[in-house]
Amino acid sequence: MGKFQMFNHATIERNATILLVLGFITVAIGGIVEIAPLFYLQNTIEKVDGMRPYTPLELAGRNVYVREGCYTCHSQMIRPFRDETERYGHYSLAAESMYDHPFQWGSKRTGPDLARVGNRYSDDWHREHLADPRSVVPESVMPGYPFLMQTEIDTKYIADHLRANQIIGVPYTDEMVQAAQADMVAQASDSGEGADELVKRYPKSQVRDFDGQAGKLTEMDALVAYLQMLGTLVDFSTFKAETESR
Amino acid sequence: MSGYGVLAKLISLGVVALVAVIVAAKGHDAAFVFHAYVISAVALGLILYYSRSFSFAPVAPSPAAESTYFDDVVKAGVIATVFWGVAGFLLGVVIASQLAWPALNLDLPWTTFGRLRPLHTSAVVFAFGGNALIATSFYVVQRTCRARLAFGNLAWFVFWGYQLFIVLAATGYLLGVTESREYAEPEWYVDIWLTLVWVAYFLVFFGTLLKRREPHIYVANWFYLAFIVTIAMLHIINNLAVPVSFLGSKSYSLFSGVQDALIQWWYGHNAVGFFLTAGFLGMMYYFVPKRAGRPIYSYRLSIVHFWSIIFLYIWAGPHHLHYTALPDWAQTLGMVFSVMLWMPSWGGMINGLMTLSGAWDKLRTDPVLRMMVMAVAFYGMSTFEGPVMSIKSVNSLSHYTDWTIGHVHSGALGWVGLISMAAVYDLVPKLWKKAGLYSDRLVSWHFWLATLGIVLYASSMWVSGIMQGLMWREYDDQGFLVYSFAESVAAMYPYYVIRMTGGLFFLLGALIMVYNLIRTVRESPHTEITVGTPVLAT
Repeated sequence: MGKFQMFNHATIERNATILLVLGFITVAIGGIVEIAPLFYLQNTIEKVDGMRPYTPLELAGRNVYVREGCYTCHSQMIRPFRDETERYGHYSLAAESMYDHPFQWGSKRTGPDLARVGNRYSDDWHREHLADPRSVVPESVMPGYPFLMQTEIDTKYIADHLRANQIIGVPYTDEMVQAAQADMVAQASDSGEGADELVKRYPKSQVRDFDGQAGKLTEMDALVAYLQMLGTLVDFSTFKAETESR
Repeated sequence: MSGYGVLAKLISLGVVALVAVIVAAKGHDAAFVFHAYVISAVALGLILYYSRSFSFAPVAPSPAAESTYFDDVVKAGVIATVFWGVAGFLLGVVIASQLAWPALNLDLPWTTFGRLRPLHTSAVVFAFGGNALIATSFYVVQRTCRARLAFGNLAWFVFWGYQLFIVLAATGYLLGVTESREYAEPEWYVDIWLTLVWVAYFLVFFGTLLKRREPHIYVANWFYLAFIVTIAMLHIINNLAVPVSFLGSKSYSLFSGVQDALIQWWYGHNAVGFFLTAGFLGMMYYFVPKRAGRPIYSYRLSIVHFWSIIFLYIWAGPHHLHYTALPDWAQTLGMVFSVMLWMPSWGGMINGLMTLSGAWDKLRTDPVLRMMVMAVAFYGMSTFEGPVMSIKSVNSLSHYTDWTIGHVHSGALGWVGLISMAAVYDLVPKLWKKAGLYSDRLVSWHFWLATLGIVLYASSMWVSGIMQGLMWREYDDQGFLVYSFAESVAAMYPYYVIRMTGGLFFLLGALIMVYNLIRTVRESPHTEITVGTPVLAT
């Protein structure tokens, strides 16, 4: 017990400030060692083709997803296991959530993973399912969200949302911010007006009347647009897993 | 306080009320407008409250005040603990029922599982647990330092400010204001408010430590201090965000994707490690020896336990992200530290349980002590289960399933719930100066209902969780997946009903506690000697 003689714990117990400082140093170490390297180690996020920021409509849809707490039952993170990749598709890459503020990987699958739900079901199916889940999946325990069809979206503030994302590092250009309101309307319309510009700004974006209600921009439009793009951006024909080993 | 002090307070409250009304008029979304009105209503209420006592006459300093403990705020904290506890348990039963019978979601925006689940977790963790921690830490720090709480009425600010945080967070969830980051759901303005309250909490607690009349700082206070400081660090860093507008509720997290995930689970796991563990260990280190009438089993073990647990816990976050896109090195580090964490956790359990050496007979006669011992036993169980689940190969099965939910609840109901309620049983007669509780028999009923409830809860979730995990990965002879996801959902039904029943038992026990405590405060005979009040005289 020689060491205990050299250093007496009573010193710490008798001085609140020493206790405070040593305690704080002790609890700070783990976080620094684990988190800080993620910001500078180059191979934390793979280099992949196809990732782009969300379109204004997809972002609005994602905000509905966030608002309704979908993460409490759905993950967006496919693990590299045979059963998961067969059920849901290619395992998720870090790059695929690089523009996600916040991340929505989730921690519980009361319902299935949604990382690659995009283009798997029709818009019709999504509308039915969101409004009344048990009408299409009898076993489902999901709540119904019929109000999404009625709740119209105010496009007034969407540019502010893009600008906030710009501040924290999402590569929205000033042009994208300026066109945000027009892009949002264009993406949810069947008219084709403004669609070309939108797709040029946001490659692979899907343009159509997602909620099936012409002339009405609702939260259903936004949420379905978001769900339909999930996991569709990365071009896996050019992605080589072995060179990205971490 | 002097008339001028009150006047300054009235003016600043008036400014707050006015600004809040202006913000409400210009707010971008309904929830934000509602919250602005709540704040202006609170400010106006406080103006009315302070103007009643307004006078320019000099206030005679009361000499008695400094020589007694500041226990009114502890009393309020105990009442809040019990109130939010019942509310949180009830919400738990509601959302457990929604999973069994989805029609209960009512398909209205405010009543779906997605919005009520954060309401439940915040109600039990932050409202019930947080109030229990604030109340007991204020009680314990005064007794063990032989000093009145520092900074006068700042403790009241901590109490009421914390309740306002709860109300803003809770109403926000119902209205769809959430960051959707687990256990850190409140939006930016609520986070800023909590930061202010937390700084005040730190000042009161630490100030009391500084003015103590005991040479040594008692071990319970180490844990409370570590809890307060670490939660401040986690809360501030994890909630860094850029609001879309200062007139709206929505913000975007400063971090994204993989970094956001690890920072969130660094926060999330240490909300467990420091909020739900370190703080409650502080509770254990005071109330168990008090109740057993025995000193802490080992002083040296307390030292080793304290430093190792606060050092190791902070590393464990990545075990929530096994096999995800988080780099492997971070996952492995998280796993290794989680497994090591088993040792200090059991060190704490041993120190708590062995404190009863020579006093085990009291378990026969004192149901409150029995509840404490059961709490420590559940602590030991869930801190063994946790490291097991953090092993990657186990986690590949358990992750995303109900097993995690069961694990959390054996810790939350068993450890946090029981130790808090036992502390409340210990405190109420002392604070209200009663000879004892109204009924020990009712405490026994509470104890058995709660224990049975936890057993039903945990065991049903083990079965459903492992079954879920196995169904998802089951292949047939031809190499096809056997079950569709929907089939695994349908298979959960009986276990969800059992889980709901377990929760109902736990709630029923808490309601019996409420009845018992009300009868205690109203009817139990007063103590002859006033317990614990004027010891402060030097």
